[in-house]
Amino acid sequence: MSGKVTNEAGGSGEGGSGGRELDAAFFARWMTASADAVAREADRLTELDSAIGDADHGGNMRRGFEAVRGELAEEVPGTPGAVLMTAGRKLVSTVGGASGPLYGTLLRRTGKALGSAERVSGEDLADALRTGIDAVAQLGGAAAGDKTMLDALFPAVAALADSGGEDFGAARDAAERGAEETVPMQARKGRASYLGERSIGHRDPGATSAALLVAALAEADGAEGGTAGSQENDSSGSE
Amino acid sequence: MRMLINVPESVVPDALRGMAAAHPELHVDVERRVVVRRDAPVAGKVALVSGGGSGHEPLHGGFVGPGMLDAACPGEIFTSPVPDQMVAAAAAVDSGEGVLFVVKNYTGDVLNFDMAAELAEDEGVRIGKVLVEDDVAVTDSTHTAGRRGTGATLFVEKIAGALAAEGAPLERVEAVARQVADSARSFGVALSPCSTPSKGGPMFELPAGELELGIGIHGEPGRERRPMMTSGEIADFAVDAVLEDLRPEEPVLVLVNGMGATPLLELYGFCGEVHRVLAERRIPVARTLVGNYVTSLDMAGASVTLCRADEELLRLWDAPVQTAGLRWGA
Repeated sequence: MSGKVTNEAGGSGEGGSGGRELDAAFFARWMTASADAVAREADRLTELDSAIGDADHGGNMRRGFEAVRGELAEEVPGTPGAVLMTAGRKLVSTVGGASGPLYGTLLRRTGKALGSAERVSGEDLADALRTGIDAVAQLGGAAAGDKTMLDALFPAVAALADSGGEDFGAARDAAERGAEETVPMQARKGRASYLGERSIGHRDPGATSAALLVAALAEADGAEGGTAGSQENDSSGSE
Repeated sequence: MRMLINVPESVVPDALRGMAAAHPELHVDVERRVVVRRDAPVAGKVALVSGGGSGHEPLHGGFVGPGMLDAACPGEIFTSPVPDQMVAAAAAVDSGEGVLFVVKNYTGDVLNFDMAAELAEDEGVRIGKVLVEDDVAVTDSTHTAGRRGTGATLFVEKIAGALAAEGAPLERVEAVARQVADSARSFGVALSPCSTPSKGGPMFELPAGELELGIGIHGEPGRERRPMMTSGEIADFAVDAVLEDLRPEEPVLVLVNGMGATPLLELYGFCGEVHRVLAERRIPVARTLVGNYVTSLDMAGASVTLCRADEELLRLWDAPVQTAGLRWGA
């Protein structure tokens, strides 16, 4: 509602045109859009988590991404990789729970895979995301179909790679579909797994927050139809 | 839901400030969220560090002191602490003899303690680790997150803490901690859900006249819901669930643990029923502890933990302990 936060002049990847050159400002914009989306959807994430978890996912993610927002407001690192590694480290030291190490690893390993280039292509990003997502799968010992964040991330990165790193909107839609498809799954990892069959019929909160991050990526890219807008944002980076 | 709090966001730091006020023998760092024995590091002694989400008090901060933990790391409510906390705690308590991390088996705790162990080792601290996974209500399988850590945590922290106080080396303290973790199993029931400050209301709905069997300590619903049972029926169910897995040959330590909102009067009544069932199954009881030790905020209900105890474990259990939550001996 109160307007965009930062990095209006990113100068990269506008309007979903081909042959992107994504710079550090773009990645900072992605992280800020993620913080906005998580803040806006925090209550919903917590509500989903109270059905099959312990009702803290929204608050934990919001605390972490507000810390990321605050860090990037002070200084945006010089390269795409450094932005994601900074954000990932911040998540690890502020989120706690399983989400902190898992999302922290996702961003750190994706950032590391991007290397020290000042600009990367959409294809580079798809490759790096694949590395980051694989690291999350390994850390959590989870696979597709376990009713976790991976069920949003795997389809998203597949859609992005299929389009040669061009179609961020398709990645967003695939992530959202993937999150929705966790509803009939039985959880095999994380706290929801304790419920056994009682986890069936609920949408996974981790897959839902992962889909928010992918939607924020599309939004940072200027793709149409994005929902991770910046209403209700808090540019001060509270705490 | 009325709660004795200021605002939901400050519940954990508010409690830490109160803990600092009440316990001058502890150093409570509210900013970094670590609770440390004031006399740490204790020369020549292996240090024990544990931690986990808040909401289970007196676990873990209430078990910091001579004969038990050297430091505890409280996370947000029901949320694992972050690696920075464990690294700070390990640095504060390491005498050079190494640090044992006592970790309850939850994905978050395991991942954060693993990251902390790596960081602390980079700083030259020797780290041992024991995983507590005692809840028989959760199917133990490589395809799940595995069993939750619940009441057995108290046995591990007390017994390993006593051994460390005697000056045993890290490898030995770690081995005995693992022995205790392997020898203890738990089962819990809820008579009411708990309410987190951030949610402001119950975490699940439990209709009048029903109870939840096989609950954890985070307000997550249990495995099964049934019409309300008597204390005796619950004892039969819970003890048999534990015995099915444990099959003790030695006498057992018994923990009859309240989840937070069940009065001691009821817990003692339940304890009597637990002893009755154990007698019927011809399991001798060596020691019994009754009270609210590993809680789940304001949940009503109880858990039973049994731990096979040989002579050595019994001796260590009886050794002196001086903490806010557990205190006996010299």
